[in-house]
Amino acid sequence: MNIWISIIVAGLINYLTRLGSVLLIKPQKLNSTLKIVLNYVPSAVFPAIIFPAVFLDDSGLLVEFNDPKVIATIIACLTGILSKNLTLTIFTGLISYWIILFF
Amino acid sequence: MNGKTKNFFKATIDVLPLLIPVFPFGIIFGAIGIELGFGPYVTYATSIIIFSGASQIVFFQLLSAGASSIVAITSSSVISTRHLLYGAVVNQYLSNLSIYWKIGLSYILTDQAFAVSNEYFKKNKKDKFKHYYLLGAGVTLWITWQLTTIIGILLGSIVPEELGLTFTIPLTFIALLINYFRKIDHIIVIIASGVLSVIMYNAPFKSYIIFSSLISLLIAYLIVKMRKQKS
Repeated sequence: MNIWISIIVAGLINYLTRLGSVLLIKPQKLNSTLKIVLNYVPSAVFPAIIFPAVFLDDSGLLVEFNDPKVIATIIACLTGILSKNLTLTIFTGLISYWIILFF
Repeated sequence: MNGKTKNFFKATIDVLPLLIPVFPFGIIFGAIGIELGFGPYVTYATSIIIFSGASQIVFFQLLSAGASSIVAITSSSVISTRHLLYGAVVNQYLSNLSIYWKIGLSYILTDQAFAVSNEYFKKNKKDKFKHYYLLGAGVTLWITWQLTTIIGILLGSIVPEELGLTFTIPLTFIALLINYFRKIDHIIVIIASGVLSVIMYNAPFKSYIIFSSLISLLIAYLIVKMRKQKS
């Protein structure tokens, strides 16, 4: 499929999740369990992006435990838990990755 | 200032603190688009057409890893399902608006715009012009996202590949989860999804994101059910 068609389809679906719910879903009718489960969407989706990017190498094999990415990720997670600061978490992770990589 | 412009600019100011993480996120996205080889036009177009950072990054990452378009589209759509909740919540305050307003406001109903508007709507239910608040927050975020994407595209073409900028993809998503790191129910879902994605990484068409997300959402559903029965 052409990249432009893919982008437009992805954009349309993304937009429809917002518009559709504004037009169609009455919050009173939305099942209360479903409402709570939707809160877990980030926790269910994002790790599927994080884990393979950190723990697998380019050929899809598990990396060593002392891999720079693994160590930097642990540092980033600790920073996140302690500071609750989004920007600080990203930069601490990236800078510790560079330090391990280049020194 | 009348109620409309007052609400618009109040929202612009209220949303500013939430824009701090949007800056690095937008720049990182623009740079990654270039790094993954999508070129400036395609990279920028997604910021207008998809206009959802997490969905855009996943979309690019999967396509560049050789996933089919269907998988890339489906995965970025799974991420967007959280908007279903936003729309439903906002709708209870804006049900009297015309269809044109709803069509327009839906486009700018992002995480940050929702967060500040929801607070404002709760406190100002009777405000006749409260939709201008959502408009102000949404437009401010939209402009910020467009500008930071462009800065990222420009930076991406000068940053050397050795810096391993693609590592900012997992870092950014970790940062988006930090508020859940102290909650045991979320940690269970996070670890389940992560472990499943590594196990299923070689599933056809890079469909691991879809499967591990859906299974972990099912786990979340079971946790919610169990808690309800207890209480």
